[in-house]
Amino acid sequence: MLAESLALTAALFIIGVIGVLIHRNAIIIFMCVELMLTAINLTFVAFSRFYGTAGQVFVVFVMTVSAAEAAVGLAIIIAIFRHRQTINLKDINLLRG
Amino acid sequence: MLVQTVASASQAHPLSGTIAEWVWLLPVLPLAGFVINGLLSLSGAHFGPSDPNTPGHFPDAETAISDDHAAVKRHRWAGLTSVVGPGVLILTFLLALGIWQAMAVAHPDTPFVQRYFSWMPAGDLQIDAAFQLDQLSMVMILVITGVGALIHIFSVGYMREDPGYPRYFSYLNLFVFFMLVLVLGANYPVLFVGWEGVGLCSYLLIGFWFNDKANADAGKKAFIVNRIGDFGFLVAMFMLFANIGVLDFAGVSAKALELGAGSALVTAICLFMFLGCAGKSAQIPLYIWLPDAMAGPTPVSALIHAATMVTAGVYLIARSSFLFSLSPVASLTVAVVGAATAIFAATIGLKQWDIKKVLAYSTISQLGYMFVGVGVGAYASGMFHLVTHAFFKALLFLGAGSVIHAMHSAYHSTHSLEDAQDMRNMGGLRRYLPITWVLMWIATLAISGIPPFSGFFSKDEILGAVFARAQGSTLASAAWLGIPGGTLLYVIYGVGLAAALLTAIYMTRMMLYTFHGPSRTGEEEQKHLHEAPWVMTGPLVILGILSAVGGWLNLPEVITDLVPLGRTDVLAHWLDPVVGSATARVSAGAAHVAPSTEEALMGVAVAIAVIGIVFAIVRLKPAGLPRKRDAIPEHGFEGVVANKYYVDEGLDRAIVTPTYAISRNFLWRIVDNGLIDGLLVNGSAAVARGFGWMGSRLQTGNVGIYAWVLVVGVLAMLGAFTLR
Repeated sequence: MLAESLALTAALFIIGVIGVLIHRNAIIIFMCVELMLTAINLTFVAFSRFYGTAGQVFVVFVMTVSAAEAAVGLAIIIAIFRHRQTINLKDINLLRG
Repeated sequence: MLVQTVASASQAHPLSGTIAEWVWLLPVLPLAGFVINGLLSLSGAHFGPSDPNTPGHFPDAETAISDDHAAVKRHRWAGLTSVVGPGVLILTFLLALGIWQAMAVAHPDTPFVQRYFSWMPAGDLQIDAAFQLDQLSMVMILVITGVGALIHIFSVGYMREDPGYPRYFSYLNLFVFFMLVLVLGANYPVLFVGWEGVGLCSYLLIGFWFNDKANADAGKKAFIVNRIGDFGFLVAMFMLFANIGVLDFAGVSAKALELGAGSALVTAICLFMFLGCAGKSAQIPLYIWLPDAMAGPTPVSALIHAATMVTAGVYLIARSSFLFSLSPVASLTVAVVGAATAIFAATIGLKQWDIKKVLAYSTISQLGYMFVGVGVGAYASGMFHLVTHAFFKALLFLGAGSVIHAMHSAYHSTHSLEDAQDMRNMGGLRRYLPITWVLMWIATLAISGIPPFSGFFSKDEILGAVFARAQGSTLASAAWLGIPGGTLLYVIYGVGLAAALLTAIYMTRMMLYTFHGPSRTGEEEQKHLHEAPWVMTGPLVILGILSAVGGWLNLPEVITDLVPLGRTDVLAHWLDPVVGSATARVSAGAAHVAPSTEEALMGVAVAIAVIGIVFAIVRLKPAGLPRKRDAIPEHGFEGVVANKYYVDEGLDRAIVTPTYAISRNFLWRIVDNGLIDGLLVNGSAAVARGFGWMGSRLQTGNVGIYAWVLVVGVLAMLGAFTLR
């Protein structure tokens, strides 16, 4: 039971990572990051099923923080879009060395 | 004397509780004068080329800019400086007289040492800031303050119109301060402080009119040449400390025998010390700076470059007599160098036209005489010649200053650019400067060695001492570079006589061309020639009296047997507690020269001086002399002598030019530009920039790549942990 749950979460996490790596659109990357967070949340839940409820407490924390992060991240993306009319990360490289 | 020095620690010194306790005030008074005059100078003067006043009044400058004279004005504090500058010197002289009186009453056998504070306590090295008063330093103090006060008074007249008047007096006061520190120091380091300080003041005063580059260069030359000598002095001090661990005079004289009489070590110490003396006292090979030093104001030449500072080397050898008397080789070296300098400089003096240059070479020559005296262990005779030379050479320089003053103001009033110091532009000045004329003749007779003037006695004593040592002494039995000492001393005696002959000739030549014959100054200028004011002639008169009667300081027995003039050998007896044992050590085994021989020697010396004067009067015809602007350069050997044997040019080619070439082509282009700037400074910057460039390439600004790097890094770490 645990092994299947962990395999699912790992698959979800890897999908998220690959999404972050291959996409250029900031919104999609953002959604992939959310997918990674969700995978981690599922991991916590799966572990809490066998090792006690502490994992579920972490899930609440992670959801809170990710909600805040989503608000901030979306605000930044909108600000960038207003400024540069694009959210393609390839074009956003002002900090190039 | 050595034993007594140790014993005196336990009992009170005869001078304690007397006015001699105030010895610290001697240097402090001129120092106060320096501070006051320096502040006055700063408060009212501008320095540098932007000052419209500075290019104005150059009594000594080759070409005075006559148009600027309207702009010249006296310094606003000139009146106050005229009081403070000479005033502190007169006070110092009076105090010195008081201390001398106390000393004459007590006549202490040991030096009176005043310790003020510990200056350099470092491990075994214990050096105190301490003054030492003994008969030798007393003689020097009286000369410095006495002659110094007269020259300060003379300067009031000579320099009053100069915009840098307070600056001049502040330097002059500072010089006296350092000179007194030099002669009062109770150990070599304190002496060295004064030694360097007078060098500094010499530099400042040679370059006093620094707007003219030649003057500034002359100052630098004096300073740099003196550094060579100071290096020798420092090495001598290091060797003394390394071998006997003390540097104060009492300690060194007590332990000098530990160095071993006649050993290579003591000879090396003495020779290094003599290198310092040769630099300060302008002896071969370091004499070259003194003629150039005449670029300074003439009273400075009188005080620093004739009467006091340049005699510091003679003083140092007399002060270190406990060392030099241990090394016959070093003593003979001193005498040989002195004799060589005496004759060499005298020959150059024969062909000089600048009145101050004649006196400069004469000074070098007479300093050579003093070194002959202290070299053969006749320390009192050397000091005697130092004192009489201070009188007559200060008189000669101040007289020359009076002449230049008259010449300069004459040329000034006609806006002429002629050379005011060249004897070819003078002639017949006795009609205009009668007081100066008479007094300078007295000095000339004194320096030539005509009795009864002072120079006769002192010069004769030195020659007599050389002759006596040649007959039998530790020097005569030693060998110098394989030459037997006795033979060498006879040669030195002969050279001394020859130098005396030349001295008489060139001094008479100077007097003839300056004061006699027709005037070559120019019709218009002659109307403006005038005798100097009393403030200048007054010191001349006093120095004239001293030059005439200075010989009474140390009358030889031979003379008093013939004519009852007074006590004999006063100065020698006075100096006996300081240099007596060293003199005795050198002259050990000397046979007493018979009075008849001594009279014969004196007769020879006087005859030679008379021959020189008569020869000059007969041979030299001032009437036919062309003026400077019409003069043709001399050829052949005369030209070589007139050009000072091309020593300066030779040194320029041998040392200065190669040094410049090495500095420019190797040190500057390769070491400084290539190695230091290129490799070290710019090279390290380039390395840092390279690493920075490599680091900055990592920052692409592309978030996707950062994410890739992050993931790869995490995977790598996970893999590393898993596979471990």
